[in-house]
Amino acid sequence: MPSAPALEAVEAPAPVSAPASGPVSTGDSLAVEFRDVGRAFGSRTVLRGISLRADPGEVVAVLGASGCGKSTLLRAAAGLDAGCTGEIIIGNTPVGPYDPRTAVGFQEPRLLPWRSVRKNVQLGLPRGLSRAEGAARVDELLELVGLADRAHLRPREISGGMAQRASLARALARRPGVLLLDEPFGALDALTRLKMQDLLLDVHAQTGTTVLLVTHDVDEALQLADRILLLGADAGHPEAGATVQQLLSVPGSRPRDRASAELAQLRGSLYAGLGVDSH
Amino acid sequence: MSVIPAFLNPAARRSSPEHSVPASASTARAGSTILLGLAVPSALLGLWWLVTDVLEIFSPVQLPAPQRVFDAGVGLAESGALAGHIGISVQRVLLGFAAGAAAGLLLGSLLGLSRIADRLLHPTVGAFRAVPSLAWVPLILLWVGLGEDGKVLLISIGAFFPVFTSVHSALRHVDPQLVEAGRAFGFHGIRLLGTVQLPAVVPPVFSGLRLALAQAWLFLVASELLGAAEGLGFLLTESQNNGRTDRLLLAIVILAILGKLTDALLGVVERKALKTWA
Repeated sequence: MPSAPALEAVEAPAPVSAPASGPVSTGDSLAVEFRDVGRAFGSRTVLRGISLRADPGEVVAVLGASGCGKSTLLRAAAGLDAGCTGEIIIGNTPVGPYDPRTAVGFQEPRLLPWRSVRKNVQLGLPRGLSRAEGAARVDELLELVGLADRAHLRPREISGGMAQRASLARALARRPGVLLLDEPFGALDALTRLKMQDLLLDVHAQTGTTVLLVTHDVDEALQLADRILLLGADAGHPEAGATVQQLLSVPGSRPRDRASAELAQLRGSLYAGLGVDSH
Repeated sequence: MSVIPAFLNPAARRSSPEHSVPASASTARAGSTILLGLAVPSALLGLWWLVTDVLEIFSPVQLPAPQRVFDAGVGLAESGALAGHIGISVQRVLLGFAAGAAAGLLLGSLLGLSRIADRLLHPTVGAFRAVPSLAWVPLILLWVGLGEDGKVLLISIGAFFPVFTSVHSALRHVDPQLVEAGRAFGFHGIRLLGTVQLPAVVPPVFSGLRLALAQAWLFLVASELLGAAEGLGFLLTESQNNGRTDRLLLAIVILAILGKLTDALLGVVERKALKTWA
């Protein structure tokens, strides 16, 4: 029986405040560096001149309006898009096609509908892991995202929030050096979204992986990121493609008070950067 | 019947209700489904009996009574001829269906997965599909003759196209997001095929197979009407020539039962496959 997303949000896992010594062993988190990255589709320039270095273990949010090329940038970092100019370096070497050092959490859960939640998470395991090791890791991850008791269900039998958690667990299964999240909570209701943000913070605290998070939600970026990259076209030149408009550090350690005055000021400046009146 | 069924739409898949029905309730429902499905055939049988035995609207040559058709069946069964007719027809259908479906699966997969093969071969296959399959009969007669080989060939041509079309279009329409996710998690080539693409096309492939099976029976009768010494199609023509309407009707009833039976068997396999893959 699929349960309503609102119900599911209430039974989402309690925040785990364990530090990096938690049950999920960490992989090596890697730096990811963009050097003058650009992308054009035919004659239409989408991205240009993007340079950024995210340090190992850092959470960087890429913020921008719809259609500004955020996802394109993320896909390039995952090796899903080979058409970029410039360089993208993960660790010390350039990103490869479908780079195994990265893992993507897509905007849609993209679970295989004929496989149980557990078997979907298994898909993310790296090659060459023994059966027992793999099973143990899947168990840990299901526990981490609070789906241990739903592991036998098919994707259509769980709510959207649960499916997104399963998708996150699948991405973590290979212990990625860089976790790439493409608006992973964008399609969820507001309450579930807040729970998922807390879950992501727990996951980050336990795995220490570098996270690149694409979002159009200013509050989400402020809540989750160490730094925020604001992506957009220069005023009056939308045809030139999006580039870095602002790169700012978010003060305070996580979890942050969603109502703090300091954040409110940043929020205002980010909204202004997005061309929205913050009132 | 649509070749691209609603399952390809994730929303439609999500809404399938079969999962929450308790076992006892579903058995009861299966029972009532069978009873309900038998209602119309029973009524037709009653009507048939009414217009022949009771009201005698039709002469026995026009339309013999159900009892006489049954007797004809018993007579043929006792002489052993009936089993021969049924056996050879079933054998032809199964051989032709297996060959046609296998070829359809193979070529459909090739064209569905490889863009180059698709561009190279699809116009040609499309042109062959545009030829009404019975138009091949004279050519088969000339080249192969309408012996066992020719009959099986004709049936397999009939079975080939529904399977080819459903496999081909289903593979073309596998959710590209799922395929990309598979690739992102390190699957490619044959492992991607086995993990994502093939399971995704199981439901439409089965609807193609069921269409193909119906086509196989159609082409069986066509091939046997054209020339045979045995088989249900032969029983039809022979009975027509001898004015044995009772045997003629018997052949039709047997074809209906066999067609329905083989389709139901395929349906059982389909349900098993859907339980695993859909």
